[in-house]
Order: sequence, then C-alpha cells, then structure tokens
Amino acid sequence: MPALGVWPLGLLAFGAPAFGVRACGAGEVRPVSVVRTAAGRPVVAGIVAVRPRAVAVGIGCLLLALAFGVLTVGSGDYPMSPADVLRTLAGGGGPAEDFVVRELRLPRVVTALVVGAALALAGAIFQSLVRNPLGSPDLLGFTQGAATGALLVVVAGGGSAALAGGAVLGGVVTGVVIYLLAWRGGLHGHRLVLVGIGATAVLTGVNGYLLTRGRLMEAARAMLWLTGSLDGRGWEDALPLLAATAVLVPVVLLGCARPLAITEMGDDLARGLGVRVQGLRLVLTAAAVLLASLAAAAAGPVSFVALTAPHLARRMTRTPGPNLLTAACVGAALLTGADLAAQRLFGDHQLPVGVVTGVLGGGYLVWLLAAQRKAGRI
Amino acid sequence: MTRTNAYGHLAQGDRAYGNGVAGVVTAGVADGLADGSAGGEVGDVRGDGPRLRGDALTLAYDGRVVAEGLDVSIPDRSFTVVVGPNACGKSTLLRALARTLRPSAGAVLLDGRDVTSLPARKVARTLGLLPQSSVAPDGITVAELVGRGRYPHQRLLRQWSADDERVVGESMAATGVADLAGRLVDELSGGQRQRVWIAMALAQETPLLLLDEPTTYLDIAHQIEILDLCARLHEERGRTLVAVLHDLNHAARYATHLIAMRAGRVVASGAPAEVMTAGLVEEVFGLPCRVIDDPETGTPLVVPAARRRTGEKAS
Repeated sequence: MPALGVWPLGLLAFGAPAFGVRACGAGEVRPVSVVRTAAGRPVVAGIVAVRPRAVAVGIGCLLLALAFGVLTVGSGDYPMSPADVLRTLAGGGGPAEDFVVRELRLPRVVTALVVGAALALAGAIFQSLVRNPLGSPDLLGFTQGAATGALLVVVAGGGSAALAGGAVLGGVVTGVVIYLLAWRGGLHGHRLVLVGIGATAVLTGVNGYLLTRGRLMEAARAMLWLTGSLDGRGWEDALPLLAATAVLVPVVLLGCARPLAITEMGDDLARGLGVRVQGLRLVLTAAAVLLASLAAAAAGPVSFVALTAPHLARRMTRTPGPNLLTAACVGAALLTGADLAAQRLFGDHQLPVGVVTGVLGGGYLVWLLAAQRKAGRI
Repeated sequence: MTRTNAYGHLAQGDRAYGNGVAGVVTAGVADGLADGSAGGEVGDVRGDGPRLRGDALTLAYDGRVVAEGLDVSIPDRSFTVVVGPNACGKSTLLRALARTLRPSAGAVLLDGRDVTSLPARKVARTLGLLPQSSVAPDGITVAELVGRGRYPHQRLLRQWSADDERVVGESMAATGVADLAGRLVDELSGGQRQRVWIAMALAQETPLLLLDEPTTYLDIAHQIEILDLCARLHEERGRTLVAVLHDLNHAARYATHLIAMRAGRVVASGAPAEVMTAGLVEEVFGLPCRVIDDPETGTPLVVPAARRRTGEKAS
C-alpha cells in the first residue's frame, strides 16, 4: 500500500499524452451516413442511434456480473447449483435454502455488484474530469482518506458500523480538502492530480502510523479491511450503499454524462456550448467522492477496479466519451468475478477480494503499458 | 478611420452594410439554417445598439491585467476581424465576449443584457465560439462531432430530433465535409479538421459566431479556404462573425469591420479601407510598411518595408 503513493507519479504527470486520453462521447448518438435526396439536399440518414456495440458490451457485462453473482451464491459450505439458486431467488426454495441464499449470501453478492459499479463509475468520472487515464480515486487520495477515517475508528475501538461511517467521513473530508487546495479560480485537472498525489503520500504515512498505534487484533482487522474484503457482508452493509447509489447514479448518468462528454473537448468549447463547467465539476467531484467513499465503507478500499473498469469499457465499446454506464457494468462484473475467484480458486483458503483485484488490475495495467510501448505510444 | 468610443456611428454604418447583404441568400447552400435575422432567443430587450458589445471591460488572468476600460462593439451582420500584435489582448477579448473569461470589471452585453446573468444554454443558442484549441475525442466520427454542436438545443428527454439531424447534415454540406460524415476525425488533414470544427459551430445555429484564430496552423491554401468559407457564411446567412486573425492582408481582404488592438486598447476600428493605413500598422505593430491596393480585390495590402530602421520602438 505505501508504494502505491509513489510509483504512479510519473505516469500521472505524463499519462495523458502517453496513453492519448480516450475521451468523450455526447451520449452514444451516432449519425451514420449521409445520403442525398432527389432535391440534392443532404440528409443524415440512419436515425442517430445509440452505438450498438456500447449497448452490447453494457448488457453483456451486466449479464456476466449476474452470472458470477449466481455462481457465488451457489458456492460455499452448502453448495447449490445455479438452477437451485435461481429457483430459490424466485421464491421456490425450502426454508434452509431460503435462509442461506437470502440472508447469508445474497447481501455479499449485492454488495459486490454495487461496490464494483460505484467504484468504476467514480473512476470513470475522475478519469474524464482530470483528462488523465490514471485519474482514479485510489491514486488521487480519496480512497486513502476513507482508509484514514476507518483506521481512526479502529484505533478508537469502534465497531463495524462506526468503521463504515468513519470511512465515508474520511473520504468526504479528504475530498473537500483536496478540492479546496486544488481550487484556483476554478478546478483544473492537473492541479487536482498533483494535489491528490500529495494527499495520497501524506495519508499513506498517516495510515501507517495509525496501524502501528492500534492493538494487534485491531491492526489485523484493519489490515483485512484495508485489503478490501466482502466476507460476512450483510444487508446492513449493502442497504446504505444501495440507497446512496440509487440517488447518485441517476444524477450522474442523466444529469452529467452529456455535459461531461462535451467538457472533454476543452473548457472554452464547453462553455461556448452552454455547459456550466465549474458547476459540473463540483457536482461530479462530489458524486464521485461519495461513491468511492461509500464503496470503501462497504468493502474496504478495493484496489484497481476504479482504474481498470473504465479502460476496459472504452476498449470494448470503442466509443468516444466517458462511457459511464458501460464502465459501471464492467466494474460490477469485475468485482463479482474477482470475488468468485477469491472464493473458488484457492481451495479452502479464501482470499480477500482486494488481493484478486490488485493482482488482476495491476497485471492489466502492466500489460497495457507494455502493449502501448510496443505500439510506440509511450 | 474611426477612433474608439464612436460605436454609435459605427453601428449605424455597419447595419446599413448588413442590410445590404441580408437578402443575398445564394442557392445551392442548404437553406434551413438560422440566419442572422432569426435572432436567437435572448433578443427581447433590444435597444438600437449592436447585439454584442463590451462595456468598460477590465480583463485579467490571475490578477494580471491584460486590458482595462475596454469598450468594443460588434456591428450586427458584420464580419469583424480583430488584429494586433502578440499579447495585445485580442484573444482575451474574444474569450470575454464568448463569456469563457469573466471580466473583473465591466460587462459583456448581449442584446443589452449582461451575458453572465443569462442562462448558459440560452446564450449558447445565440452566441457560438470556436476556440483556438479544442480536443477531438479519440474514435469520434465527423458526424458525431458536428452533432455535438446541437448540445444547447437538446433536452434531457428529447436528445436527438429530426431537426438536429437536418441541421447537422446541412452544416456538414455547407462546410464541404458531408462526404466525410462517417470518417474518424483523427484521420483527417488539418484543413479538413478545421472545417469539421466550423461545421460543429454552425450546427449550434447561432446568429453570432466568434472564431479564435481559425486559420492558425493551416497552410496558405487551407487558410484561404477557411476564410472563403467564413465570408460565404457571413454573406449568405447574414451571420455576425468575429474572428481573431494574425495575417493583416487576410484581415483587410475579408473583414467588413476591423478592430486594431495594441497593449489592451482598441487603437482603431472601422472599415478596413479606412483603418488599414501605413501609419496605423506602424503605430500598432511598430512595423514600417507601405499599404497598396490588393490587385485582386482592391482592399488594402500591407507590404512591410524592406529593411527595418535601427532603434525603432518595440511593439
């Protein structure tokens, strides 16, 4: 974790030109071709539809996430076939199955789905806001802030509800501080990145200090939380996150996605088109910080989902723009898949999901860098 | 030549000119686009003055004052070109007129109202801007990019209408990029790309359009092509265009109204034939020159003196 604060410095500074920020998309509207009518007047034909590829990827990832979820619900000390799981979910199971599915395992899967989507959405928002493919809440300090809040609660001996509250509060306070420090007559991407990297370094140090201050048992519990884990998540963890995302996601997707895509073309152009750029940045920063903090509160600072999911979404859809909705679907699939792998792949030894996402996400990033270098872009 | 603060007179003169060309809508260009007289939506409180003017503007970046007490007015239906040496504040002025830079004092008035007090989208349906540097998103097609110009006309629940589609098609036709509709913007040449950006600005359907150095980075043929396009839009659609240009001869040839700036002040404004004199060029740019008639158009042609005097004053 401490290393995380340092290595991306150069990449963040030079990431945008190196990767060539894959930017924007005012929604996925796409006039397809131009035909000329008899009068010779050109008409754009093929009613501007949503790009079919983006829809297919989104739906595909959502189905994949649900499939992973069903498999996860079916695995454990009391294994069930996917058919049994679906039957029980539809209300056709016995009392024992009902209890296992609805009370024990479903909350964990729902948490995984929503945490994955929320992290990916926060990552996609930040990557677009700072116009840098490495601008994700893990690297900009917000996740570390959430961790600091949670660790303070741990050191003070608080319970798990207090820990979640501490994480949200820590993330939000860090968000406000970074926002204010980066503000200079407006919020600018590169300042947010630099201030965020500084905050990450400071908070990583603070977190290390807090870990040494905690008693051994508490420090072990804190370490597990810091890795990111979905073990033993109940409805009390899933519901607050569900409620918050139910409010935030429509605000972001319906209210901000199109102006965000316009803003990726440059602040002046966006203002000329009637986007209130600074207001948009404030709303989106607030929404992304909240999403990342709430996700961290529910599952710990699960690494790399926020960074990787938006990239995967853009690569798969090949659609310009922040691809917010697709990124969220990809994030949900990634986290449910990683959780399934963490439970299934290592025999009796269950891993925290954060280990799997860290290894997968880090591996993906290294592969991406290697591929970009071969392509001569770095 | 008219010195500053005479914009009542200027406005009158140029409106007369504007009326002269307003009726000239040439066939062959799609005729559905809003023309200058259509007026946009802010136009309820209109006085007799020009639609767009800056009133006692003080413009500053981070407290560094670029211009102070600047008065400018853009005659309706004119093709106004702003010229001046580097760092004289001409792009800053354009940004202020386009409300992407908030003046630290004074106000930009659109139809008599302070632009900052008007709803952003409403202004965006009256006043368009093509900034100097814009980023075309990776993987975006020409038609998609032009379609983004429709943003201020769209609503959450009515995101793409037949109207939008028609305007996008016509804007692409007017700028000669209709055949490129399905191509990726990344693959185009510089001149093609600039035409696509202008098509996007056209799709915004604003009676007033501001262009910040639209010809920079283009070779001479593409520069003329873009300026011809602008002149056509001005003449055939009656749109008010304001452009910042570096080339004085282009400015003199294409502008109907010229604003010469130096060190944050408007030195002179008026018709190019009156404004563009050897004395003015020397005053504004510190460049000794002769001004002769352009053999093609009869407009002023600035020919720099062959050798600079020693000890001339810096610009």
